[in-house]
Amino acid sequence: MSWTGKILRVNLTEGTVAAEPLNMQWAQQYLGQRGLASKYLLEETDPKCDPLGPDNKMIMATGPLTGTMAATGGRYSVVTKSPLTNCIACSNSGGFIGAEMKHAGWDMIIFEGCSPTPVYLYIENDQAELVDASEIWGTSVWHTDEWLHNKYQDPLLRISAVGRSAESGCLYAAIINDLHRAAGRSGVGTVMASKNLKAVAVRGTLGVGNIKQPERFMQVVNENKAILAANPVTGQGLPAYGTQVLMNVINEIGALPAKNMQEVQFDGAHDISGEAMHEPRKSDGKPNLTTNAACFGCTIACGRISTIAQGHFTVENKAKYWGNSGGLEYEAAWALGADTEINDLDALTYANFLCNEDGYDPITFGSTVAAAMELYEMGVITDAQTGGVAFNFGSAEALAKAAEWVATGEGFGKDLALGSKRLCEKYGHPELSMTVKGQEFPAYDPRGIQGIGLNYATSNRGACHVRGYTIASEVLGVPVKTDPLVSEGKPDLVKAFQDATAAVDSSGLCLFTTFAWDMTNIAPQIDAACEGEWTAEKLVELGERVWNMERQYNMQAGITRADDTLPERLKSEEGAARTGPAKGKFSEVEKMLPEYYEKRGWNEDGAPTDETLNRLGL
Amino acid sequence: MQKALLIDPDKCTGCLQCELACSYEHEGVFNPSKSRIRVFTFHQEGRFVPYTCTQCSEAWCQQACPVDAITLNADTGAKEVSDSACVGCKVCTIACPFGTVNYNQVTGKVIKCDLCGGDPKCVSACPTQAIVYVDADQTGYEKMRQWAKETDNNPAASA
Repeated sequence: MSWTGKILRVNLTEGTVAAEPLNMQWAQQYLGQRGLASKYLLEETDPKCDPLGPDNKMIMATGPLTGTMAATGGRYSVVTKSPLTNCIACSNSGGFIGAEMKHAGWDMIIFEGCSPTPVYLYIENDQAELVDASEIWGTSVWHTDEWLHNKYQDPLLRISAVGRSAESGCLYAAIINDLHRAAGRSGVGTVMASKNLKAVAVRGTLGVGNIKQPERFMQVVNENKAILAANPVTGQGLPAYGTQVLMNVINEIGALPAKNMQEVQFDGAHDISGEAMHEPRKSDGKPNLTTNAACFGCTIACGRISTIAQGHFTVENKAKYWGNSGGLEYEAAWALGADTEINDLDALTYANFLCNEDGYDPITFGSTVAAAMELYEMGVITDAQTGGVAFNFGSAEALAKAAEWVATGEGFGKDLALGSKRLCEKYGHPELSMTVKGQEFPAYDPRGIQGIGLNYATSNRGACHVRGYTIASEVLGVPVKTDPLVSEGKPDLVKAFQDATAAVDSSGLCLFTTFAWDMTNIAPQIDAACEGEWTAEKLVELGERVWNMERQYNMQAGITRADDTLPERLKSEEGAARTGPAKGKFSEVEKMLPEYYEKRGWNEDGAPTDETLNRLGL
Repeated sequence: MQKALLIDPDKCTGCLQCELACSYEHEGVFNPSKSRIRVFTFHQEGRFVPYTCTQCSEAWCQQACPVDAITLNADTGAKEVSDSACVGCKVCTIACPFGTVNYNQVTGKVIKCDLCGGDPKCVSACPTQAIVYVDADQTGYEKMRQWAKETDNNPAASA
């Protein structure tokens, strides 16, 4: 049946761990991972709760295909209430720990309460215990990982952990697993640290052996692996260049936000692109990129493994950064580079290493640095705040310092750790924060790509590309090409992408498969593995159900129509794109929003109607 | 003609599809800890290396076994463990210089690569051809070809 049918419930206040059966009726309605964990969160917590208080819960959830041989079947999600957005947070990660949880026999781990002292959770198959973490509290993710591996003398232990940024209250702290994969967005790591939970270490040797129709499963898995291999994006572009394949493409169409989104193109884009990562460095003659790398079971392998030149100013005399580690993905390279107008690839890689070492989201971090740079150039933030560091756009030195400060929560890092919304409010310029619902934008400009702007405005976790990646259609032509510059037809497109994504995120598979697969590829894999009948139609409806449930959570948390919007800079003539193919364009989000609500079956205040809720069984 | 597994770590991405295919083929479960082939990650170096039994001609494991539970499959060249004969003494795991014979706590027997009877599932599962199954006498052929390509046989270029 592919679910293990077991949940591990960890009460951190009481220090207890207990197994309980998975609600299989909910599994049929919400599948797993994002959908099923969100259902548990909505049922078990008050959406008005303090995200950093003991009443918030944090759920680590696998999908039914996690841990199987289905290509990319290694995903897990962290679902909780976000301290950055006060909305529902759902951050999805690859690497290996999701599959390990499943192989240890658990569909999900629910953390509740708050431990009086720092602890970590150790799981070995059906045995689980909370262990004193005082020796690793106050240390980085990388140190914690090494310490746990040494303690247990087990190289096969898989570890998720939070770093010093989370402990010091950075509102966009991530949970890092396997050293450089991240449940990255919305501050899920901040929630974990607020519970005094330092790490989760898992060893699973039971595997997944309860596939419903094993022979059929292997057949459809193999057919769909072949489709990924034959597709130009998943078979060639992503393995060769990673998501960084997009840097030059998006810059050329004039949709690469730059200089805290004042501009839509960046002169230095090529210097920080996927192509540049392959080119020999002037400094040491080696390319930034060593190799590509896969997450568990993934036949795409978009991950980047990189080095920084040993003589680079960021790592001089710091040998621990001289080896290989997780390199730049597109969103990180954009936020750390284009949005700050820094074209030093190794400096961005250094900041990226620090984001992994101490666990914080490079998108929100880079965007917050960009906002601070704009405030610095306006004279609002001065050397008094930055400790004498010139915080101008284009300064790789400023970026490196900022990354070090946020990692440990020191100095100006305390301001930067607030995220751009609270930082800009603190300095009296809320209009300079490029956020929706308090979360920073990723790397696609809503002036030059209209559909993605509507997706940002309506995303249930604040500005986010992986809630409805209309870039696939508007830029790459998957499944059909639509014109990025027009808003007509986009509400339908956004809804379709959002619903399909919610289903994929509930399955254990990676969203990147959908460059090559649609629901008719995914449904048979779930159907062959899982109890019940799983069709493409059922999955689409399930995705819509999940989307509406998240919306219900957010509305109960206090979100209104007024929050479904974009910053003035992006939707006004004054902020219109100044160069490139989108010159003169601004986001038509306000025009698209009423039609989007209508397509969703929501009233004009953005609330799902009774009819919609009934139709979806909510 | 016997064939052999040929592994090229430079092509490996560390996805573990080979481990999943192996454990599924032999144990009916997706479970890397029960795989006969293992992929090692060298994080600092940025390398992934699949490793498994090379099917030695004079196999230490076979010679060490006190109950003759490890026998030669004459068709494939694989040294195969007979579960009905194996008593789980683990002497073969000590004898193997490469560590590719291992004990399975669940069954009380040892496990090692048996080339899946001539159709190794790790090979068909690998998405990057990091593991291929080739003529056992020609495992160096592709590497030779790569070096041959590097040979400068263009007179103009050497001028």
